[in-house]
Amino acid sequence: MTDIDSLPVLQEKLQNGAFTCTEMIEAFLERIQGHASLNAFVEVFAHDARSRATVIDAKLNHGTAGKLAGLVVGIKDNMVYRHHKGSAGSKMLAEFESLFTATAVQRLLDEDAIVIGRLNCDEFAMGSANKFSHYGPTHNPVDNKRTPGGSSGGSAAAVAARLVHASLGSDTGGSIRQPASFTGTLGFKPSYGRISRHGLVAFASSFDQIGPLARSMDTLSALYEVMAGPDEYDSTATQQAVAPVALSDADRDTPRRIAYFKEVLENPKLDEKVKKQTQDYLARLREQGHEVEGVNFPLLDYLVPTYYILSTAEASSNLARYDGIHYGYRSEEVENLETVYKRSRTEGFGPEVKRRILLGTFVLSSGYYDAYYGKAQKARRLIADQTEELFKRFDFLISPTTPHPAFLVEAESSDPTAMYLEDIFTVHANLTGTPAISLPLLRGTGKLPVGLQLTAPRFAEKALFQFAHGLLQR
Amino acid sequence: MDANLRAAYESVIGLEIHVQLGTKSKAYSSDATAYGASPNSQTSPITLGHPGALPRVNQKVVEYAVRLGLACQCAIRERNEYARKNYFYADLPKGYQITQDKTPICNGGFVEIKDADGQPKKIALTRIHMEEDSGKSSHDLDPFNSLIDLNRAGVPLLEIVSEPEFRNGTEAYSYLTEMRKLVRYLDISDGNMEEGSLRCDVNISVRPKEQDAFGTKVEVKNLNSFRNVQKAIDYEIERQIALVESGERVVQQTRTFDAAQGKTQLLRAKEDAHDYRYFNEPDLPPVLVKEDYIEAVRAQLPPLPRELFAKYRKMGLSEYDAGLITEQKAMALYFESVLEHTDQYKAAANFLMGPVKSYLNENALSIEDFPLPAAAIAELLELVETGKVSNTVASGDLFKHMLAAPDTAPAELAQAHNLIQESNEGELMALVQQALAKFPDKVEAYRNGKKGVQGLFMGEVMKLSGGKADPKIASKLVQQELEK
Repeated sequence: MTDIDSLPVLQEKLQNGAFTCTEMIEAFLERIQGHASLNAFVEVFAHDARSRATVIDAKLNHGTAGKLAGLVVGIKDNMVYRHHKGSAGSKMLAEFESLFTATAVQRLLDEDAIVIGRLNCDEFAMGSANKFSHYGPTHNPVDNKRTPGGSSGGSAAAVAARLVHASLGSDTGGSIRQPASFTGTLGFKPSYGRISRHGLVAFASSFDQIGPLARSMDTLSALYEVMAGPDEYDSTATQQAVAPVALSDADRDTPRRIAYFKEVLENPKLDEKVKKQTQDYLARLREQGHEVEGVNFPLLDYLVPTYYILSTAEASSNLARYDGIHYGYRSEEVENLETVYKRSRTEGFGPEVKRRILLGTFVLSSGYYDAYYGKAQKARRLIADQTEELFKRFDFLISPTTPHPAFLVEAESSDPTAMYLEDIFTVHANLTGTPAISLPLLRGTGKLPVGLQLTAPRFAEKALFQFAHGLLQR
Repeated sequence: MDANLRAAYESVIGLEIHVQLGTKSKAYSSDATAYGASPNSQTSPITLGHPGALPRVNQKVVEYAVRLGLACQCAIRERNEYARKNYFYADLPKGYQITQDKTPICNGGFVEIKDADGQPKKIALTRIHMEEDSGKSSHDLDPFNSLIDLNRAGVPLLEIVSEPEFRNGTEAYSYLTEMRKLVRYLDISDGNMEEGSLRCDVNISVRPKEQDAFGTKVEVKNLNSFRNVQKAIDYEIERQIALVESGERVVQQTRTFDAAQGKTQLLRAKEDAHDYRYFNEPDLPPVLVKEDYIEAVRAQLPPLPRELFAKYRKMGLSEYDAGLITEQKAMALYFESVLEHTDQYKAAANFLMGPVKSYLNENALSIEDFPLPAAAIAELLELVETGKVSNTVASGDLFKHMLAAPDTAPAELAQAHNLIQESNEGELMALVQQALAKFPDKVEAYRNGKKGVQGLFMGEVMKLSGGKADPKIASKLVQQELEK
């Protein structure tokens, strides 16, 4: 029950009466309890899950169950769910209960997925190791001493440890794909605007996207299809209709034009093993008849600085609402309006969030705006333009998702900018609004999993999924 | 202050007006905007700035902005970006205001006002942009807490920035009056300063007339009436001139106006100025205002006060009457509908400004509440024009009967109440002869040159006719008979 990866397989078993949703939920709850040391869950919605399971069992009997009937899903703790707590991994929102449900979550519920709990993450989705959570770090089920990555660390760990069939994460600079890479799972960041951000606690509005993590392509694409599409509550969501993905083995051998950035393979941070495996993989793709070409992308070194200037600027504004006045954490030690702000924010936010608010406030302040924010916006435009050019000649862009496998939880990085550079291969998709998927196809040092990342032109999800499906079939 | 001293200085004054729009829902959410609802009852998660809530543009706000822009002959921008203005305040739940920064929807344009001598003057506009209101903090309702009402948070505003082209408080007063008239005509705001639907901040500096460089600018905020705007400006001009004259410096600061004392007072110094860290609002894609959309809005524009004023002047109404009729949109519209039924525009203007206005004033009604349809007034005027009833009867008894029976035609009422005037020359002649026969000595006196007695015969004719004699015809007949 808990070891089924594929949604069609799961649904066949439920239909055949191999087990009921109710039995399955008990198995999951037990398994979650048994893996408490991973610290993947912030809260398990046991009561909810059980009562939903009863309802869905009845629906299955009546043949009225939805497309995702029986799929057990965890949601990252930065998407809101009506009458449930949602903290974004922050002390600031530890007791906050939402008045509404995120569109993405609602669409899962409408199709009879079972939301079993909320998953640990870095505070306000800022971090690459799941260490900056108010609820403590999550551990990687592949190797307990290692990080599952971040910020959707809980989402990836729960999928990898089979505590859920699938999960939702959010990806602002790689926060779905990097944890997927570190845990050997599938993680997908859709095109910007493909899935409504309504109900996603904002980090950097022009980068944030909700996406699924799973252990099989069919589960991943089913979740995507259900969540994607126009939403009146998010003006940045595209009006374009979503083409059904329809995975098939038929076009597995269609030759594709695939590019890789030469600078990526020459990057000094790239793990030797990962480099070798990537090169081998590229060679194999050529053998399969695909056209594979290394292209120069001199802007590579500008990706991380551009991303951090723009995303922190937006974050500094997005997080201004957590001020201790209307809701959320308020310091006990306050005397007037100013100390409500200062002390509540000082005590309510963790170190990484504070660092990014300071950075973002600085790059927007008068006298520095042009040198930082203004310039970074131009750089983003340039990066987007060059990427668009690139996709005129190629169907996909390929690279390792991360430069190396999961590092140790204890590995103390005192240098935040060194940590930021970890995002070098993932921020490209966020800067350009393109869809990108991380597939567990590589191994790094110590045989630890590393993801292979495929990026497609904006809104070319269907082609991306079909190609990824083909690669996983081999 | 000595008039010569004041004349030696030029004052440079610019106004920023915030107009609260009369849309049913808020600028970026579907929350209601009704004034006076119980506190915090019009507050969804969007207004509250809850995690995950996103703004949505109310298209009505764009339409209203375009209406005002067209009325002021502004250039309308095609690509409208929204921006965030970041600052912390207790009644600003998101920690930023969604506004427009570098791409205001309306640019340029002007409003025509009257200067202190009553001469027309054009005030150029810098820009008009769309933004949202903040909530309201109350610090004096509860002894221990400040109270916050977020019903107003997110209510749409237009900020109208003028060029610094005012020279005194009178011009500013005239501008505000025009602007209020305009927003009411355009039906985009009720323009009530008391309810805060119209707010005004002033920038003032002075410089000696021979000086090229501008003086230091002082901002005056929290002005709650047109008169106070005028007074604050005139006070501030004199304060600044006095400072410069005494060799002191005008310090850049924000002041407030104390209406009780008639003085401006320091609110905050320049050092406290905010760095608002404006940047494009990433939650809202730019709104595109296309040419065909603008034309559609233009086609729907109501008649504007200045257009109607010009039209009425051309018809031959006095400046005073044209001004009076166009002062209120509803009155002008009523006048317009009267004109649809009669071409007696002068008589119509007189009737509206005379008996109708008196009636409204006496009963504390506005023209919207006036019970008589415009067609009835037109019909009444036609009765006067064709001599069926006298002017006195029309504005007196008959008008009263009409108000008592708004659904009955005036002609019918005149008939029923025996108010049709006698204009049959034959019948009138009989009365005239009767009158002359009554005072043979006065006839004699007339013929001996005492022309003044004619009035006596007219009075007698009117008496004999029960007030229904057409005075024009009666007068003609009396004269004719006397001259025999």
